[in-house]
Amino acid sequence: MTAIHPPARRVWWKQPVDRVELVWIAIALVWCLIMFFFMPFWHVYGDQNYSGEAYRVNPDQFVEKVNAFVAEYTVRTETDRNIPVVRPPAGSDVYLLARLWQWHPVLELEKGQTYRLRVSSADWQHGLSIQPINLNFQVLPGYEMVINITPTEAGEYAVVCNEYCGIMHHTMLGKLYVVDPAEDV
Amino acid sequence: MSSEFRTCPKSGLVFHRSAERLIKANAVAAVIFLAVGGTLGLLVALTRWPAVQLLNAQHFYTVLTGHGVVLLLVWILFFEIALLYFCSSVLLRCRIATPRMGWLAFALMIIGAAITAIAILQGGSSVMMTSYVPMPAEPNFYLGLILFAVGALIGTFIFFGTLVIARDEKTYEGSIPLVTFGALTAAIIAVFTIACGAIILIPTWLWSIGYISDIDPLMYRLIWWGLGHSSQQINVAAHVAVWYAIAAIVFGAKPMSEKVSRGAFFLYILFISIASAHHLLGDPGLSSEWKIFNTSYAMYLAVLASLVHGLTVPGSIEVAQRTKGHNKGLFEWLRKAPWGNPVFAGMFLSLVGFGFIGGISGVVMGAEQINFLIHNTIYVPGHFHGTVALGTTLAFMAMSLWLVPVLFRRELFMPRLAQWQPWLFGVGTALQAFFMMGAGTLGVSRRHWDIAFTGSVFEWAYPGMAYTMMALNGVSAIMAVTGGMIFVVVIVGTVLFGKRSGEAPGWSPQRPAMLRGPAEVLTGHGSIGVKGFPAPGTFVLAGFLMLIFVVYYFINYGYLASVWKFS
Repeated sequence: MTAIHPPARRVWWKQPVDRVELVWIAIALVWCLIMFFFMPFWHVYGDQNYSGEAYRVNPDQFVEKVNAFVAEYTVRTETDRNIPVVRPPAGSDVYLLARLWQWHPVLELEKGQTYRLRVSSADWQHGLSIQPINLNFQVLPGYEMVINITPTEAGEYAVVCNEYCGIMHHTMLGKLYVVDPAEDV
Repeated sequence: MSSEFRTCPKSGLVFHRSAERLIKANAVAAVIFLAVGGTLGLLVALTRWPAVQLLNAQHFYTVLTGHGVVLLLVWILFFEIALLYFCSSVLLRCRIATPRMGWLAFALMIIGAAITAIAILQGGSSVMMTSYVPMPAEPNFYLGLILFAVGALIGTFIFFGTLVIARDEKTYEGSIPLVTFGALTAAIIAVFTIACGAIILIPTWLWSIGYISDIDPLMYRLIWWGLGHSSQQINVAAHVAVWYAIAAIVFGAKPMSEKVSRGAFFLYILFISIASAHHLLGDPGLSSEWKIFNTSYAMYLAVLASLVHGLTVPGSIEVAQRTKGHNKGLFEWLRKAPWGNPVFAGMFLSLVGFGFIGGISGVVMGAEQINFLIHNTIYVPGHFHGTVALGTTLAFMAMSLWLVPVLFRRELFMPRLAQWQPWLFGVGTALQAFFMMGAGTLGVSRRHWDIAFTGSVFEWAYPGMAYTMMALNGVSAIMAVTGGMIFVVVIVGTVLFGKRSGEAPGWSPQRPAMLRGPAEVLTGHGSIGVKGFPAPGTFVLAGFLMLIFVVYYFINYGYLASVWKFS
């Protein structure tokens, strides 16, 4: 009988199944398993994975670490607000602070080098969105996220905040430079 | 307590008087909140249309918070409570359990929704529906949600109580109908969902008034999404039940096999609630093992369930149509379907849209690594407009266009206009989902007032196509909201001005006859279909969905392979 009536058999699980359903369930199950195993597969064979490395951190202490990092490696400043551009040594630990409503500092990285990018927030939740490649991470206060990142293409990138963080959220825009050491004399 | 029943002469359904009143009240409240939330949604879309940018930033974030809360929680849950009462009391011909508690639940939900709505409108709680700590909202924002959730929980337990009474008083023979089984699935998920909501919102409320010093933001996200995501899984179970119900009402369709359809609902109960992980794939600290297991609902077993329903719902319609003689070729059954009937058209557009747009995009962006390309972009609202607006809301609209005339014993108001309703709303929301997903792949953020970053120290320009897509999203929203407004006009018009249909209700204290299943024993589908497949057209359509699914999945991993390396 129809779906709004009791089933024809009280013991409905003994009702035979149509072949069309069995074939479809088999196809769907195979696809589900492929998708499931593709994620661990990508951890082994893919180059875009986040390990989960992160540390609890006091926001004030993180700000201090960022300030020390900026003081050590600043190479120039930009705009009339003298925003520091920081060029850390290749392969080193790199700090990026999210706070209302800026990304601090501007980083300058070398193409093909791997950096340990350490990101956290001084206040509310923020979203680290690197454009135009469109890579996105959540930034939480109290958690220092460590991403081993390797820029593969030189250029000028935008760092957008894509987690709502209050009235001036739309102005929270940073910069990130990737330079090619071969062209960079 | 009066226990009076009436039998609807048209549908043959039996209404218990107290249940009927409660269903009416909850359904009317749902439609009113839908009208409010839809209007707010239009303001959101017109602000995100870069050339229009209707509201200022402050109003935009207030309106966006309201849009999310009113539609994702309030409209949906009011309708679902009405649906739970319908699927228990009406479908099982049973008196509703504790109707007075039903009114308490209704009052709590109204008061809670009002308290939260006022808190949002006052402007101090523009924290988005997710209210991520440590960004604070007014205490009343959380308090209203807590009261609303308590009301919804009481309604859910009235549903369980009614099932117990029906069984105890033997109002039906054999097992509960499939649609009630689906509603039971939704109700079980609802208990989990509301429990998560209580576990996180009560401490957050205490934090907002100063009793608790600190809420961990990651823990908040984990538990809050047990509310935020699972509440949308209630919707999935509920709207799948509605699809089966409409297939039964319009076509007299039988489930292809009770075992398969119920088994699929059972998979939802087991696996669908762990999907809070979908929102934490870009978060610090969680292990990949945890992410992979949870984001995939164990091994995509809830996706398997949806894929099964995606075949069995249209398949049951195909079998019913072929049995009636529309048996030529692959698609005569579909061509000869009643496309001018908004109940069917809405249901079918909901089914197709949910599968092709909401479903595929959701699974693909829920893959652990692909999520880094999607997280917090406007692709995400694109996806869930495909599931909640196009899937759930359109299915509930279609159900209402059938249920409200039956419930209020009136004819549908402006039936010619109602015919346009599912098409305007369905196509409008489908285009919205499509354009938002497009803009999201170009990097446009969700919850963002100005994609030109006016006032920032730096400059950044998204590609021109992103601007075009956001404009087209605005145009599509106008179309969708037109369809939504027609729905509200038709429903409110039916309730207030619809022509009376039939006699005055013959309320009778006599208990209705026992609801029985059919006497016949199913032996198969006779000679319909092609080569032993009773529903070959549906199978071809499902195969087409699978093809798009697979191709789209690997396109995304292909793009991912081209971006910066990270580990």
